Amino acid sequence: MKNKDIKTAVAGKSALQKNTNNDLRNPGMPLNFGFINGININRSAVERRAATIGKRRTVKKQHQAAWLLKAITFIDLTTLSGDDTPGKVRRLCQKAKQPVRQDLLEALNATELNITTGAVCVYHNMISTAVESLKGTDIPIAAVSTGFPAGQSPHNIKLLEIEASVSEGAAEIDIVISRDKVLTGDWQGIYDEVKDFRDACKDAHIKTILATGELGTLTNVAKASWVCMMAGADFIKTSTGKEPVNATLPVSLVMVRAIREYYELTGIAIGYKPAGGIQTAKQAIEYMILMKEELGNEWLDPHLFRFGASSLLGDIERQLEHFVTGSYSASYRHAIS
Amino acid sequence: MSIKEIFNNMEYGPSSENSSAAMQWLKDKKNTFDHYINGQWQQPQAKEYFDSQNPANLEVLAKVAQGNEKDVDSAVKAAGAAQAQWQKLGGHARAKYLYALARQLQKHSRLFAVLETLDNGKPIRESRDIDMPLVARHFYHHAGWAQLMDSEFPGYQPLGVVGQIIPWNFPLLMLAWKVAPALAMGNTVILKPAEFTSATAVLFAQICDEINLPKGVFNLILGDGTAGQAIVEHQDIAKIAFTGSTSVGRIIRKATAGTGKKVSLELGGKSAFIVFEDADLDSVVEGVVDAIWFNQGQVCCAGSRLLMQESIAEKLTKKLTERMNKLVVGDSLCKSIDMGAIIDPTQLAIIKKMVALGVSEGATLHQPKEPVPDNGCYYPPTLMTNVEPASTVAQQEIFGPVLVAMTFRTPAEAVQIANNSRYGLAASVWSENINLALDVAPKIKAGAIWINCTNMFDASCGFGGYRESGFGREGGKEGLYEYIQESWLAKLSAPVKKTAKPKAKTSNADIANIDRTPKLYIGGKQARPDSGYSLPVFDAAGTQIAEVPDGSRKDVRNAVEAANKASPWTSATAHNRAQVLYFIAENLDARAEEFAKRIVQLTGKSIADAKKEIELSISRIFTSAAWADKYEGQIHSPPQRIVTLAMKEAVGNIAIVAPEEAGFLGMISTIMPAIAMGNRVIFVPSSQTALLATDFYQILNTSDLPGGVINIITGDRDVLTDTLAKHYDIDGFWYWGSEEGSKSVEFEAAATMKRTWVNYGKQYDWFDDKQIGSDLFLRKSVEIKNIWVPYGA
Repeated sequence: MKNKDIKTAVAGKSALQKNTNNDLRNPGMPLNFGFINGININRSAVERRAATIGKRRTVKKQHQAAWLLKAITFIDLTTLSGDDTPGKVRRLCQKAKQPVRQDLLEALNATELNITTGAVCVYHNMISTAVESLKGTDIPIAAVSTGFPAGQSPHNIKLLEIEASVSEGAAEIDIVISRDKVLTGDWQGIYDEVKDFRDACKDAHIKTILATGELGTLTNVAKASWVCMMAGADFIKTSTGKEPVNATLPVSLVMVRAIREYYELTGIAIGYKPAGGIQTAKQAIEYMILMKEELGNEWLDPHLFRFGASSLLGDIERQLEHFVTGSYSASYRHAIS
Repeated sequence: MSIKEIFNNMEYGPSSENSSAAMQWLKDKKNTFDHYINGQWQQPQAKEYFDSQNPANLEVLAKVAQGNEKDVDSAVKAAGAAQAQWQKLGGHARAKYLYALARQLQKHSRLFAVLETLDNGKPIRESRDIDMPLVARHFYHHAGWAQLMDSEFPGYQPLGVVGQIIPWNFPLLMLAWKVAPALAMGNTVILKPAEFTSATAVLFAQICDEINLPKGVFNLILGDGTAGQAIVEHQDIAKIAFTGSTSVGRIIRKATAGTGKKVSLELGGKSAFIVFEDADLDSVVEGVVDAIWFNQGQVCCAGSRLLMQESIAEKLTKKLTERMNKLVVGDSLCKSIDMGAIIDPTQLAIIKKMVALGVSEGATLHQPKEPVPDNGCYYPPTLMTNVEPASTVAQQEIFGPVLVAMTFRTPAEAVQIANNSRYGLAASVWSENINLALDVAPKIKAGAIWINCTNMFDASCGFGGYRESGFGREGGKEGLYEYIQESWLAKLSAPVKKTAKPKAKTSNADIANIDRTPKLYIGGKQARPDSGYSLPVFDAAGTQIAEVPDGSRKDVRNAVEAANKASPWTSATAHNRAQVLYFIAENLDARAEEFAKRIVQLTGKSIADAKKEIELSISRIFTSAAWADKYEGQIHSPPQRIVTLAMKEAVGNIAIVAPEEAGFLGMISTIMPAIAMGNRVIFVPSSQTALLATDFYQILNTSDLPGGVINIITGDRDVLTDTLAKHYDIDGFWYWGSEEGSKSVEFEAAATMKRTWVNYGKQYDWFDDKQIGSDLFLRKSVEIKNIWVPYGA
């Protein structure tokens, strides 16, 4: 079963979309079991490649500073805690609007870039506060949904949750897939639920969280990535941040390779969001090198790449200050979110 | 470039490794490299130097001493003087020195890495992240072997002074592969690096100095091939270890023929990279990058022949050409490149010429769109499609970043194409099907097989070739045997006993007693000699008692063809082979009386001695049968999530020219271990006991031994030896005979790099089980293949 059949399945559309722009949303395609079943991922080989990603390329000095500024624009600045309050969310939104100290931006001659984070990411109950706080900006609000993080809620409740969040003003919905369906090989089940979620999202973009740390194998990660894309996902995302193991470079390599092949087949560019565990500027740059090498510069854009991270920004700010002053920074010198 | 611009174009920008410490080191050396002999820096006696340049920018790095015979001689004297004491220090003391070397290498690892990159042109990432960790690991690992030598190798001793000649592609790593095991086992060393790359060897000598390695234990001779030649020809050197081209390896094999020097050769390759349709193709692409675009493709075991299952060939080719476009060729010190500079303009010219030849023979050329820098020795990553096994570029080693791609239909055809090569260094097999991968790996004639990985190396795993890729192993326990020898073997001094040729009595009166006509034994059948001539066989008193065929070239040809057809013997289970051997012993025992009488008749021995010889022969068959399923491989533990299976495989077709003086016992003692390990044998009996050999095939015929496993050719030993030694389809050659005969076997074997084992005219004690029953015979019967199996769900 092969690529040709898939190509036929999306014929017409892909030809139209290929040479337009990356904003076109993913229409999805029929679930293709032959293709899914043919996926084989070799973990050791993936790990070897992942281990050299950050060794084959590097950025130094002003290039590093520019890349770190870019990294900020990828961050879905996130708070997903039981003790989130409107006050906490307002602080988060303010940080999203002003992620870097003004004097540093001036020293970097980067004020015109109007750096903000890519989005803020909150639970449903905090959407209205975020909408209020971010009024007058282009920063979208992402809401986690569908019984996040475990996804063990009734399907119809999940759909209602999505609809409620969209109507509250969330522009992006981060859904979780049912891991039990992956682990029992129920790809049709995954496909159907994601398709339903996608419909419920309407104009809001849908990020499908695979919870890769709970899928057992990289082959499952690849298969789940494909099923989600076939079902119409705009983004595929690694983790909720609540699993024991969250985003890793090997997992990311598998997912972005799936994105690359999906693009080659359909001309549709799917976004990628690693989440959880990305805490340092160095890690962020490794992920960006991964995107650039495996997918190309088109994916170094907030439309197609996000970090799900809460503490990453603080380390980036310290590194930027180090670049400006030549002295290592301290966390208290930068505003908290 | 402003931050705003970079923010928008997201380029990597420059990132050059700082080379000031290395440049300062060179300056401290006055940009001059001298020999290091007997713990001292010594200028070349002829005062000649040549320039060594940085291939990335063609600037001269240093002038390098040109060694000659006198320099080599003084180094050999120093090494010779130091050896006994170095050996006497004992394993633990030597382990401490090797450990100190490992630590010192790690302490200065960045200086070594930068220097290596400046000198060789390889990317700093590779010298820093691949070469240096492997180098340190090699010394740590072999410090352990030094510690364990006494307990693990009882009855063995060092060789003495060893000469080691290494190539320019992994200068320090090849030094480590050579020096660490040699020193661990109590030898002293004369090392000569390639003339293009002396820098890290000089720094290594400096480190030996710093850790107070005893004077004369490690000696460094610099220079080009003439210095290497002086090492090869020096009579006080006990062993030559060489890594380099097959053509130079052949010269070394010929030059050392008959001298008794032990030789290990790690030579060229044209390794297959086999991709089955169920492989993880994106990972395959990165595997190819690591196979052929690692170290600019200047890797002896580079996966330079891509064999793709037809069903995925188009898809994989597309993925590869896209990946190539992302490979960056640039300054070797830059941290954001994939490929650095080719070693030298001469090598660059060879690569260009080979690629042009490939294109002229019909290949389609794929290269990245980006041009390579024009200020140094650069060549782009290259893929050639529309290549067939008959194309020159599919057969000859290019030693550059050039991959040729072919397709296959079935696993069997993949193996066939992979083995369609004179070389046999390595191969990669990519499949997610463990049954398929583990079926294919043992069938490929190569010393290292990487399943779903490539170019993996470790101190604990043996590396080395089949066929014209050379012989001997480096790394692992198997590699240590290259630097030790059995003490009894070292002590052999008596020349082979002359067996008096009985003078023929004038009359043929007894000819009527001949009750049967002995024939050649080929392919399990009795065969008349092609020549139509026979040779007389005499009894101990000199009376002709029979005639045996006078075998010739054509009979040798037929025997080798029969041996090839007997390949199922090699793949049979060891248990089955053992059963056949026991059956042979059983049938010999039943006819012991008759054979003993024949021994008496032919040799004039007493019947008691003859019976003893038969008894011992039967015991030796039992020993070989016993070992058949017990001389097992090993599982190595490299420091990754990998098991490496060090499998013992039959050598293939082994020619055995029997010890003239050892009669029936010599025949049994040499043939049985060889066939127990799965080899097929072409056996030339001693002329005195030829009749015993022809009697013996009747026993073979009744013992379920498949035809072609043992082939017996009687005739003129010297003529047959010459024909066998020159035969291209014989893989191993065991010879017991004269000094001159030994020399000619080793000399002629150079053409195909047969594994030879000769006695240099020395007398073995065929009745001594410590000698003849030792595992030496088993070791000579096998090749060790390391199959790397990474795992992970």
